[in-house]
Amino acid sequence: MDFALNDDQLELKQQARTWLADRFPLDRDWDALEDRWRELAELGWLDVAEAGLGFVEEALLLEELGYACYPGPYIATVGFALPWLSAEQRARVAAGEERWSVDVNGLVPWLGSVDFVVSDGGTAYPARGEAVASVDPSRPFGRLDKADGEPLAGNRNLPRARTASAAEALGVAQRALDLGVEHAKTRLQFEKAIGTYQAVSHPLAQTYTDVELARSLVYWAAWCVAENDERAPLAAAAAMAFATEAAVAACERSIQVHGGIGFTWEHPLHRFYKRALWLEGFGSRPAELRLEVANALLA
Amino acid sequence: MAGPTIIAHGTEEQKARYLRPILAAEEIWCQGFSEPDAGSDLAAVRTRAERRGDVYVVNGQKVWSSFAHIAERCILVTQSDPDAPRYQNLTYLLVDMHAPGVEVRPLRQITGEAEFNEIFFSEVQVPVENRLGEEGEGWQVAMTTLLHERATLGFALTATLDAAFGRLLEEAREREVDPRVREGLAREWIELQALRYTNYRALGTYKRTGVPGPEGSGVKLRWSEANQRLTKLARELRGPEGILDDGWWNHQQLRSRGNTIEAGTSEVLRNIISERVLGLPRSR
Repeated sequence: MDFALNDDQLELKQQARTWLADRFPLDRDWDALEDRWRELAELGWLDVAEAGLGFVEEALLLEELGYACYPGPYIATVGFALPWLSAEQRARVAAGEERWSVDVNGLVPWLGSVDFVVSDGGTAYPARGEAVASVDPSRPFGRLDKADGEPLAGNRNLPRARTASAAEALGVAQRALDLGVEHAKTRLQFEKAIGTYQAVSHPLAQTYTDVELARSLVYWAAWCVAENDERAPLAAAAAMAFATEAAVAACERSIQVHGGIGFTWEHPLHRFYKRALWLEGFGSRPAELRLEVANALLA
Repeated sequence: MAGPTIIAHGTEEQKARYLRPILAAEEIWCQGFSEPDAGSDLAAVRTRAERRGDVYVVNGQKVWSSFAHIAERCILVTQSDPDAPRYQNLTYLLVDMHAPGVEVRPLRQITGEAEFNEIFFSEVQVPVENRLGEEGEGWQVAMTTLLHERATLGFALTATLDAAFGRLLEEAREREVDPRVREGLAREWIELQALRYTNYRALGTYKRTGVPGPEGSGVKLRWSEANQRLTKLARELRGPEGILDDGWWNHQQLRSRGNTIEAGTSEVLRNIISERVLGLPRSR
């Protein structure tokens, strides 16, 4: 087993980085929550199995979607809902005709913009209900009105969903780090780039180690999920706890490194911070995940 | 550390002479880098090597040399030209620890043990053929040693952390564990897996490209902090008994304070990440 990404995986990641940077630049209109769903279908991202790829590659795409702070329901459809869906439903997703979400603790991400919602341990409902404000405005919630439910063919895959969140969080953490490093290289105070000062550079170095450790856990968990390895539940819990916390901390350190500008609405950093807080809070929180891990270790 | 440096910079004679006894575990080497006045600032070493005909005459003092008391040989960084500019004034020597004028004094540390030593050199004659690399190029040779130290150290360190964690987990299984300690155990297990797979990723990159990638540069930094936290968690787990010297955790607690200092202080390692990995400007 080789734990470094192969050339095809690196290329996929680079293509995603470039495509997303072009469609979702930092100076975009952040209120326009256009998801370019048809284009994702054309890229093959809504059905990677078609190209002979698997969950490791999906995790790499999720990482890049996090890096770009992509606003659409990719993680809800592909990361969370996909294992429940029949071949016909997957085909409609692959064609860019359907968006899906899941009901978790009574909250449905993107309820207002998806077509169907998985709820009640395996029932599909048309997406209807009242909107609920979210910590991340690009990732709104709703409370589902359960009517006209149909049973689903597939099953829950919690490790997959958790690893998807972890992968996105990894991308967010990497972007917060990159923004902080860029600012520390270019912002001058006392006639020097502020990154010269260790009080500024060392928190960024700390974030770097967080990001690399998170990356190792995410790729490990993604591999376990892809291979149906028995360690998948534990690896996914570990990856989600670590990566979502790392993303929040990375954004907080980056805001501090940016100084006043990092605290403004104008600067995009708060978008990433809100995304990190969403990821850290959705489904299972880090402390809960750690208790799960502890219970497994002490059993 | 000595072996890879000799492979990288040694003459054919040096490779033939030194590598086989290292592989066969017949000759132990120690490291003569740090000095009382040159710790993180390694380029400031003052142990003097003066060329006299076919020999260098070495005078000075080294410190924090693990295993110097049982070592046959020493990789020694010396200052060979007091007038040359910084980084161009060092020479790297391979020194026989049994040569006249070499004196080793054990250094008792916080645990009460003497794992490290001071080495004193007075008029020690080192043949010119025992120089590794050119005169004045000792800094580059020393960087090779440190690169290999940091590239491979992570594997051994992660393995020792794994063993210590396993021990703590065994003890935890025999006790009532409060929720705070349970969460701490999970946190350390997660960090341990993260270190393990970071090592594997670094090895994967190394295998494919032939050069160590940046992945592993944070491993020693994070390992040292994890090892320190683990000893505190053990104290929590042991409760009132945490105050007793149990012969293991108490020792670990004290010994772990050295982890963030030895083989590059955490502050130096953060500088290295900031400057060489993140590309931030030099802080000095």
